[in-house]
Amino acid sequence: MINQHMRRTITLASLGALTFTLAACGNQTSDNQAAGGGETGAGSSELSGSVVVDGSSTVFPVSEAMAEEFQREYSGVRVTVGVSGTGGGFQKFCNDETDISGASRPIKQSEIEKCEQNGVEFIELPIAFDGLTVVKHPNNDFVECMTVQELKTIWEPEAQGEITNWNQVRDSFPDRPLGLYGAGTDSGTFDYFTSVIVGEEGASRGDYTSSEDDNVIVQGVANDENALGYFGLAYFEENKEKLAAIAIDDENPDNGEGCIEPNAETVGNGTYQPLARPEFIYVKKSSAENNPAVQEFVNFYLDPENNGTLVPQVGYVAVPDQILEKAQARFENRTVGSVFEGGSVQGVKLNEVL
Amino acid sequence: MTSADSIQKTEDSQFQTSLRKRYQQGNVLRIVSLIATYIGLVVLGVLLIDVVVDGISYLDWGFLSNFPSRKPEEAGFKSAWVGTIWLMVITAIVSFVVGVGSGIFLEEFAADTWYAKIIEVNIGNLAAVPSIIYGLLGLQAFVRVMEPLTGGRSVLAGSLTMSLLIIPIIIVSTREALKAVPDSLRQGGIALGATRWQVVREQVFPLAFPGMLTGMILALSRAIGETAPLIAVGALTYIAFLPDIWPITEGLQTPFTVMPIQIYNWVSRPQAEFHSVAASGIIVLMAALLLMNSIAIFFRNKFQQKIY
Repeated sequence: MINQHMRRTITLASLGALTFTLAACGNQTSDNQAAGGGETGAGSSELSGSVVVDGSSTVFPVSEAMAEEFQREYSGVRVTVGVSGTGGGFQKFCNDETDISGASRPIKQSEIEKCEQNGVEFIELPIAFDGLTVVKHPNNDFVECMTVQELKTIWEPEAQGEITNWNQVRDSFPDRPLGLYGAGTDSGTFDYFTSVIVGEEGASRGDYTSSEDDNVIVQGVANDENALGYFGLAYFEENKEKLAAIAIDDENPDNGEGCIEPNAETVGNGTYQPLARPEFIYVKKSSAENNPAVQEFVNFYLDPENNGTLVPQVGYVAVPDQILEKAQARFENRTVGSVFEGGSVQGVKLNEVL
Repeated sequence: MTSADSIQKTEDSQFQTSLRKRYQQGNVLRIVSLIATYIGLVVLGVLLIDVVVDGISYLDWGFLSNFPSRKPEEAGFKSAWVGTIWLMVITAIVSFVVGVGSGIFLEEFAADTWYAKIIEVNIGNLAAVPSIIYGLLGLQAFVRVMEPLTGGRSVLAGSLTMSLLIIPIIIVSTREALKAVPDSLRQGGIALGATRWQVVREQVFPLAFPGMLTGMILALSRAIGETAPLIAVGALTYIAFLPDIWPITEGLQTPFTVMPIQIYNWVSRPQAEFHSVAASGIIVLMAALLLMNSIAIFFRNKFQQKIY
């Protein structure tokens, strides 16, 4: 008897719990639909469909901002943005699983081949600039500017265990231990920094404090008077009271004489070299042709007004109009392939090659 | 020589009758364990206070009803918490059916053979496999091979992956709960002519049910905070729509995100405001966890009272 009763209670309770949760979700969704319906009424277009974006975590904030504003205008389109890193993004992209892939470096030769194997043709578009900033503790008053050669002395693999004092970098520097902070080996920032400073992608000393999370490096440098670190410009701009930037001299008068401070202007006009880097999106050609939502989203992305307002809002430098126009033309003509041909972005002037 | 000495010693100590000294020892132990308890509680308390101080300013209705945004003051948690509820409900249903089912089979029906033992050891091992491995398995099995059914990187594929992750834990705890039911009950039932199924259904299952629920709670609490397997399966970071509840088949095939992924994304932003938004997200995640656990504890206590 008790057991019969017991069983019924269990069944009822489980059913009750299930109904409760489903009902809760149901309410939630119907609320949402009501809200969505209202928005559709106010929206300007009948455009519908989905846009699948994935890729670099550096490009993510830009794509998120674009998706947010785009869906405000075209509420029938479903834009989703994932983060799986530049390399992980290309894996999915070349596997024909996404429409657009964000990248903080140009596509590599091996990735181009994989895309070719799977018949994925891509259009390469620069959408923002980021400046890698070399930073120090604000109490450090002996270093204002460094040359690329000096940075190389510090960061090349041979420096490991050898270069441990500031006075080994330049004779005029005081006798102080060198505290190094930098990007983790999985990040695009690391790839880029090593490739332009050391001269070989991935070649770096290993005895420094590394993190994939730039906020950790910010904390490290802010708490070490002898620190030297590097990360994206946005992280420096947000922490100006805790950090100071070191100007960079690439000893090449062609792109600005002497020491160049990192800021929106020098990154945008190409004088902050070699540490200013373009960020890209790669658009699948077939999606651009067959999916009007993708086409409209990329147009929105490349619109000078949207690019000029949204990109700085999330901490990057907008693409100059001149280059943006060329990118638009590239997308319009469906020009496939990479202008870097699998190589590095270093020394390539976007304005000329696009 | 030495052994004789030690025997002598133990005999001596056995004859110590000093009651006060033994009470003192008891008190020392009590204080030590009290301190041990408080270390954990104080750390948790500091953490909670820190998170609440950081996050309370962004925690309002808009935070729960808005989708994510590039502006911290407009950024919302809606797609994340709704995604987590979807994931948890489906995971709970799937893992309960499969996990409790296999637990009952292994404990009540399977013969005690060598391959049953191998299965047993392997399930124990599976419970310790790093979660990312399940993510990769889920990516291949549910996202790629079963794409026509799951719709690719969908909430269903995510839930099935999560179920895989926690099923070993549920099997182990189900078996423990069944073991705790005295054998005399089973023998009594069988002696009266009941079949094995009837014995399990009428006698054993109701008694073991509260214990199974405890296992369920622990397993789901693990699942709600997991990110790695879901990122592998392709949970998104920015999404501004929700799965449809009707038709459910379409809802299940919708892309999704969950709370820990959204929190992680906000924490890694440069803007300090986003770190506060992340703290608000942590508060919501904790509240959800607490709510889930209290519902399960409520049911467990209810059934325990009925039985005894």
